[in-house]
Amino acid sequence: MKSRVDFSAAVENQMTVTLPSYSVNEGMARSAVAAFCAQLNPTAVELADIKCAVSEAVTNCIVHAYRGNVGEIRITVKLCEGRLVMVEIRDRGCGIENVKQAREPLYTTDAEGERSGMGFTVMESFCDEVRVSSRVGKGTTVALLKRLHK
Amino acid sequence: MLQKGERISFERRGDRMIVHIRGEIDHHSAVLVRTGIDREIMQDRPREVLLDLSGVDFMDSSGLGLIMGRYALVTKYGGTLAVVDPSFAVTKILRLAGMERMITIKRTKEKKV
Repeated sequence: MKSRVDFSAAVENQMTVTLPSYSVNEGMARSAVAAFCAQLNPTAVELADIKCAVSEAVTNCIVHAYRGNVGEIRITVKLCEGRLVMVEIRDRGCGIENVKQAREPLYTTDAEGERSGMGFTVMESFCDEVRVSSRVGKGTTVALLKRLHK
Repeated sequence: MLQKGERISFERRGDRMIVHIRGEIDHHSAVLVRTGIDREIMQDRPREVLLDLSGVDFMDSSGLGLIMGRYALVTKYGGTLAVVDPSFAVTKILRLAGMERMITIKRTKEKKV
């Protein structure tokens, strides 16, 4: 059972990266986040979890939020007290009409593209907490929280 | 004969085709990998396809779609498909999706993270 993570933890260091929503930037996005998190000396498994969760969130921006158009993806990484990592991935795309449904395992609106519908499930499994706020026509912010080992 | 490519190479042993995949599998790379694999598979229609993931450093859920799509393609003409030597991290996401209940995962090497 996962415990809830404190979103108000004091920020000790932070980084913001803004990338256009080209699919080639998926690798850059997760690598940049992982490189910044490396200063906390996470385990290889923790780092792999963060990279995978970030990759899912960024891919959602490209595939779903902007749907073939190019828009801005803003990624903010906050390293907080208590070895808490918070990654916010924000787009200004189409937004999600039904967030609860989008978070269900195997749910996808892009079956032709061989999407597995496991994106949010991966994020939730590899992080301690995932928060999604979205407004149709305005965009979506996904916050990934992961507490690293002591 | 091993045919070298940037991300994928193919090895034929009788009715068996081994597809060696290297690097990172995400939404961006999956498109290229999928196109290359499908072309080879549909040309030869091997009875057994092995996806060698020992060289895959990273895979997200796009890789799940890639594997499931190839599984559907191969089983449609009566072949079988298995995944070989996924890393610890790749195995984690395969298990999360329950893929090992459907697709055989073979191990020939020690696990790596």
